[in-house]
Amino acid sequence: MGWLGTLVLTLLGLLLVTFALGLTSAADPALHRVGDHATEAVYQAARHDFGLDQPIPLRFASYVWGILHGDFGTSWSSSRPIAGDLARVFPATVELAIVAIIFGASIGIALGTASALKPRGVVDNILRLVALVGYSVPIFWLGLLMLLVFYAILHWAVGPGRLDDIVQYSITWHTGFALIDTAMAGDWDPFRDAVAHLVLPAAVLAFYAIAGISRLTRAALLAELGKDYVTAARAKGATQWQIVLGQAFPNVAGVVVTIVALSFTVLLEGAILTETVFAWPGIGRYLTASIFVADMPAILGATLVIGASFVTVNAIADLLTKSLDPRLRT
Amino acid sequence: MTLAHMEAAATETPAPSLRLLRSIWASKTATIGLILIALLLLTALFAPLIAPYDPIAQDINNRLLPPSATHWFGTDGFGRDMLSRIIFGTRPSLGLLALVIATSLPIGLIVGVTAGFFGGWVERVLMRITDIVMAFPQLVLALAFVAMLGPGLINSALALTLTGWPAYARQSRTEAAAIRQSDFLAAAQMAGIRGPRLLFGHVLPLVLPGAIIRVALDLAGIILAAAALGFIGLGVQPPTPEWGTMVADGTKVIFDQWWIAAVPGIAILLASLAFNLLADGLRDILDPRRD
Repeated sequence: MGWLGTLVLTLLGLLLVTFALGLTSAADPALHRVGDHATEAVYQAARHDFGLDQPIPLRFASYVWGILHGDFGTSWSSSRPIAGDLARVFPATVELAIVAIIFGASIGIALGTASALKPRGVVDNILRLVALVGYSVPIFWLGLLMLLVFYAILHWAVGPGRLDDIVQYSITWHTGFALIDTAMAGDWDPFRDAVAHLVLPAAVLAFYAIAGISRLTRAALLAELGKDYVTAARAKGATQWQIVLGQAFPNVAGVVVTIVALSFTVLLEGAILTETVFAWPGIGRYLTASIFVADMPAILGATLVIGASFVTVNAIADLLTKSLDPRLRT
Repeated sequence: MTLAHMEAAATETPAPSLRLLRSIWASKTATIGLILIALLLLTALFAPLIAPYDPIAQDINNRLLPPSATHWFGTDGFGRDMLSRIIFGTRPSLGLLALVIATSLPIGLIVGVTAGFFGGWVERVLMRITDIVMAFPQLVLALAFVAMLGPGLINSALALTLTGWPAYARQSRTEAAAIRQSDFLAAAQMAGIRGPRLLFGHVLPLVLPGAIIRVALDLAGIILAAAALGFIGLGVQPPTPEWGTMVADGTKVIFDQWWIAAVPGIAILLASLAFNLLADGLRDILDPRRD
């Protein structure tokens, strides 16, 4: 089965899971609409309205059909269409994750390269420690501590949120990306405000990715540096930098790109917790807020969007690996 | 040579696993990890004896106290002793860990052994499903699962199992496929052993060690996922002390009484660090490129 087939099948599997979760949940959408005191007839009418009286395979088909047409249902808490809500909050998450992956990838690759050059050296030992802590630290707690230290104690960072209220309501939203929209405002103050709000959550999220990226870069580069052509280049008098940058690095570039792409999916998940701590108005906080008020359709909608992005980025990483590594080309 | 001999010869291969145990002992990181894990287990086991106070006894007159000689880690918003709550907090964390393993390992083993042993379309279908589930985002689906079916220890464990088993299925499929053609299995089949008895009596024991090592690599991740569920409010429900929930309680007063969120976070960090140290040591030992 081809790449696209696998992706479609995986997405369908994801839809099946969210559908099944909605099905097994004790919450009844029809009951939620009509309330506890409705007569049996009214309740049955609502059930019919939602299509709850139809056989399950048919309900799944109409669920998939609805999602394909951008119908994620109506939020129980706000009574707005969920698709609109998700479209509004999703750019904030993507923006945070992109900035975090830029931080994480540059620091991670640099650290991984440095430690591969001198295995068991100082940098390598520091990296091992950073990776161990990075894999072990609960990210929501790290975020809280960063807020405490850099915002409350040192006053180096601005507080939680994505923009100051004044900026939030004064700029025009075109793209939904705060960095772009504030830059388009023509005035630098809103842009500076957007950057200031982004730095801390992005750094926390990046830390989450650094461990994996640096460790895997190190492993890939170490394996490459052990090969014969490197020994040959060394015998010919090439310097360490010439070998690493000129010869070994191009050969591991494919692996590194894949690692970064895979880390991006980790960040999409990490964003749920980071956003909750930093009051970042993205899809992660939308999800946790929906969980808090038991807004079932909103929970499933947000889960589906995060899950689908996760699955899609994973599939793209898979495709990248195959196209960048000539040995895997078919 | 009798059948029993052949079987014995096959099961005697655990020589490497004995060597593995010795290597773990020789690896500094793995040893530190194991010691920390042992301390965690002992703490969980003897929590009522170690804890200085009742972890759920409220004392409104002594709420939000800073760390002191009477309350080493201070008290929380209900005047409950933080140290006692941290000590009792080992129980839901390790309990959840045990539950997740107890459910996801058997599922992974059954799927993997069946696929690897039978091959053909059985293998293709089972592995296709495994790959699909492996591509799912674990934390988000766990959150959705618990949000839909209600919070608590059992549901949290099921939620993490939902996406946790595929790694074990893949591991055990590879190993089961490798021994599918081996002589001892052919001999067992000739002796009339087939079906589940062959699979679980003869294939499973050889596949189990590899799967258990795979589990060891995942333990830290399960601890963190469990804490995340607690932080969102979907873990073990109050008043049972749970570390993730305790951090969430502390967020409200983070700028004034920071220790209430900081201390349980350190507990989560230490617990997952312990399992990561073990995993790190294991990875070093198992890496064929190791010098």
